[in-house]
Amino acid sequence: MAHHFRSFLAAIALCLPMLAAQAAVDPALLRPLAGDDPDARIEAVARIAALASDDARKVLQALQDETLYATADGRVLVADDAGTLPDGAEGIVVNNRLRAAVAGALSGMALLSPDVAQRRAAAQALQGQAADPAQLPLLRKALLAEKEADIRATLQTLVAVADLQSEDAALRKAAVLGLADSGNPALRAPLQAMLERRPDGSHAEPDASLRAAAEATLRAIDSRVARAEFAGKLFYGISLGSVLLLAALGLAITFGLMGIINMAHGELLMIGAYTTYVCQTLFRQYLPGALDWYLLAALPAAFLVAFGVGVLLERTVIRWLYGRPLETLLATWGISLILMQLVRTVFGAQNVEVANPSWMAGGVTVLGSLVLSYNRIVIIAFAALVVAAVWLILNKTRLGLFVRAVMQNRRMADCVGVPTSRIDMMTFGLGSGIAGLGGVALSQLGNVGPDLGQAYIVDSFMVVVLGGVGQLAGTVIGAIGLGEVNKFLEPVAGAVLAKIGILVFIIIFIQRRPQGLFALKGRSVE
Amino acid sequence: MQSRRTFITAIAGAAMLLCAAGAQAADTIKVGILHSLSGTMAISETSLKDVALMTIDEINANGGVMGKKLEAVVVDPASNWPLFAEKARQLIAKDKVAAVFGCWTSVSRKSVLPVFKETNSLLFYPVQYEGEELEKNVFYTGAAPNQQAIPAVEYLMSKDGGGAKRFVLLGTDYVYPRTTNKILRAFLKSKGVKDSEIQEVYTPFGHADYQTIVANIKKFAAGGKTAVISTINGDSNVPFYKELGNAGLKATDVPVVAFSVGEEELRGVDTKPLLGHLAAWNYFESVKNPANAAFVAKWKAYALAKKLPNAANAVTNDPMEATYVGIHMWAQAVAKAKSTDTDKVIAAMGGQSFKAPSGYTLTMDATNHHLHKPVMIGEIKGDGQFSVVWKTKDVVRAQPWSPFIAGNEGKQKL
Repeated sequence: MAHHFRSFLAAIALCLPMLAAQAAVDPALLRPLAGDDPDARIEAVARIAALASDDARKVLQALQDETLYATADGRVLVADDAGTLPDGAEGIVVNNRLRAAVAGALSGMALLSPDVAQRRAAAQALQGQAADPAQLPLLRKALLAEKEADIRATLQTLVAVADLQSEDAALRKAAVLGLADSGNPALRAPLQAMLERRPDGSHAEPDASLRAAAEATLRAIDSRVARAEFAGKLFYGISLGSVLLLAALGLAITFGLMGIINMAHGELLMIGAYTTYVCQTLFRQYLPGALDWYLLAALPAAFLVAFGVGVLLERTVIRWLYGRPLETLLATWGISLILMQLVRTVFGAQNVEVANPSWMAGGVTVLGSLVLSYNRIVIIAFAALVVAAVWLILNKTRLGLFVRAVMQNRRMADCVGVPTSRIDMMTFGLGSGIAGLGGVALSQLGNVGPDLGQAYIVDSFMVVVLGGVGQLAGTVIGAIGLGEVNKFLEPVAGAVLAKIGILVFIIIFIQRRPQGLFALKGRSVE
Repeated sequence: MQSRRTFITAIAGAAMLLCAAGAQAADTIKVGILHSLSGTMAISETSLKDVALMTIDEINANGGVMGKKLEAVVVDPASNWPLFAEKARQLIAKDKVAAVFGCWTSVSRKSVLPVFKETNSLLFYPVQYEGEELEKNVFYTGAAPNQQAIPAVEYLMSKDGGGAKRFVLLGTDYVYPRTTNKILRAFLKSKGVKDSEIQEVYTPFGHADYQTIVANIKKFAAGGKTAVISTINGDSNVPFYKELGNAGLKATDVPVVAFSVGEEELRGVDTKPLLGHLAAWNYFESVKNPANAAFVAKWKAYALAKKLPNAANAVTNDPMEATYVGIHMWAQAVAKAKSTDTDKVIAAMGGQSFKAPSGYTLTMDATNHHLHKPVMIGEIKGDGQFSVVWKTKDVVRAQPWSPFIAGNEGKQKL
């Protein structure tokens, strides 16, 4: 009686005009959501999902978006956009377990939605989750109604996974065979379980032919997973290599072509990264609508700023030290300290936040289980573009011709009227500007702080020396090679040992082949 | 002759100046603040320096200690472990500080320990750590493993935490993660988790490329319900969480519980892809009680007034709370001892209690120099804050010597 009275009160509360939209699901069903008992909350989600009404979907969606509120007297409200909440309403805390239950329930409900895109998304979402036997009837119902071939295929896989535990041997067999061309590593565990023996010696799966089929399916999945893993290592290696390449490309020009041991190279990278940060801040302040495209402005800005700093360095310090490598090394090292302190003074010693634009967040899944993240793909493409641009400038432009002429034979170039001093300045500026571009890329992957350059200076020199001084192709192959070796070594040896291994490898390699992978041949180069 | 007289006058003048300086110094009590303001740990430690200065201002505004104002001496050991020892010695020998508040990483604490023992000075250490240490000269205001790591793993194994069966222990390569993982491995084994179900991975300080590690976690997770226990320290957390988000590893599939990531570390990260990943601490900014409301408001006002970087979205976190509690307790102990003498203050520290922003009254244990603290587990929300999903009913006494490490059986009373 008391219970009825309470629901009556709740019903009256429902009718009262309220600023926040009242959830139109039986309040008695909603009340456990605001409670403390986790099992009761999970059960409430299941019962609300079973209503399969539009209101139920709204409540669950609100729970997922954390816009469901509870008042002190136990009412549960959905906050809509315009609505304000009564005083004392508190957000309902969702933990991972509840979140998973809600996501599963929502996907399950969406499977029967009239909208194809929603159904497709729901089926794919379910695929990523652990199989829930309770959802099997729903899956079968959805499968019967489904017309789209690709959604059907996804659903069939889902049903097959659930069927692996079925009592019916025929169903199990169909499931095992149906899964043969899946590359999902999550299927290994249930298939493996079928092959195992129970403690009393009997097989978990009594049917021998089924065990053989399961074994074959397992092998097929394993080989597919192994292939995806290999492709993954290749991709990670290229990705790390492209980062190294972007970091080292500027140095390939200033050290490789001009022979300047530029210890301040890392700080030019850092300047590029900080320019990106400044661009982002400006966009946030003045063009918040176009924030996603701040990188497009950051690229030319970083190039120009680093170019400017490079030209300034060359004019004021480096040009007086040509042909004196030891003094150049010390002077540029000093400059690197000055630049770092300058940035510390202006921006503070702490790292600054550079966010990925939204189009660089997330990734694409290939080969069943391998996720290629967009920011890595963009950076690989960007590295390829920068290499192409540098190659074009050096080989197809008048400036490039002069650069090569001066670097190969300064006196002869001078004699035929090439302004060697100006070319030196431009070349150093170009190398610095490219370092600035590298800084933009680095800002998208890691931390931007005054010490950013220090982390990359050793790697950059390693790449250039390994590739062979004075060779663009050498730098490219050196960078990608180092990235690949590192990534194939890391799973075996761990991140710490892989790094040490690479250093040892380079030391031995340079002992054996001091000129690097590719050497310039000719009389002009000593 | 003339020149000699000038010389003597100069000497006398200098001596008088020195005396004056000495007399002036007697009116204040100097305390040292030893936190990295640059380098890989600056992301975490800079705010501890600021909150220490705020606390000192607060104590001074209330009349100081024994009628004297506190004067902070701030040094920057620059995330350079041997430099910590040098700077500590400088604070004690040159600046004559009464106590030092500082250090974050265990390797920095280990580096300064001999200095504090040799000079018989006081260090207040505000960060959770691996235990296996008990120094007369140190007061630990952060958590011992049984106040953070063990409850967090128990939660992950519980039904509500997802019922994890397999564990990836991922950390930065130094003493804190190595020791914590040793304790956790022994603990997991006592719970029936096999060695093949535990994976231990380490990265160098400042590591930036987490592609392989995240891919491996994903592969390992295919074998059953997996949780990651992260003891990554410093700014490596940013690339790690970025990679985790981009790889689409959601907390509902593979929850990551971190012991060194709080509100401050998440300030530079877009937390939407990290929804539901966990952290275990003894305090979160989102805790609701009057003491915390006052603490958070004070900190935000301080950050704005001092124009700290990013002051508009200043946050508080656990080690900041521990620093705040530590300085207040030290001030209470000095007032009780009526002296800044190390041994008298140590004697007065035992049993000191303070109503902390966590909402609990914390007490300093006289025998083991650790605080009795509550344990809380929070899930990351979209706005960079944590929602507390589990906490202890009462404070927990620290066990600096973990019972899960062989040889510690005789030290459980400490």
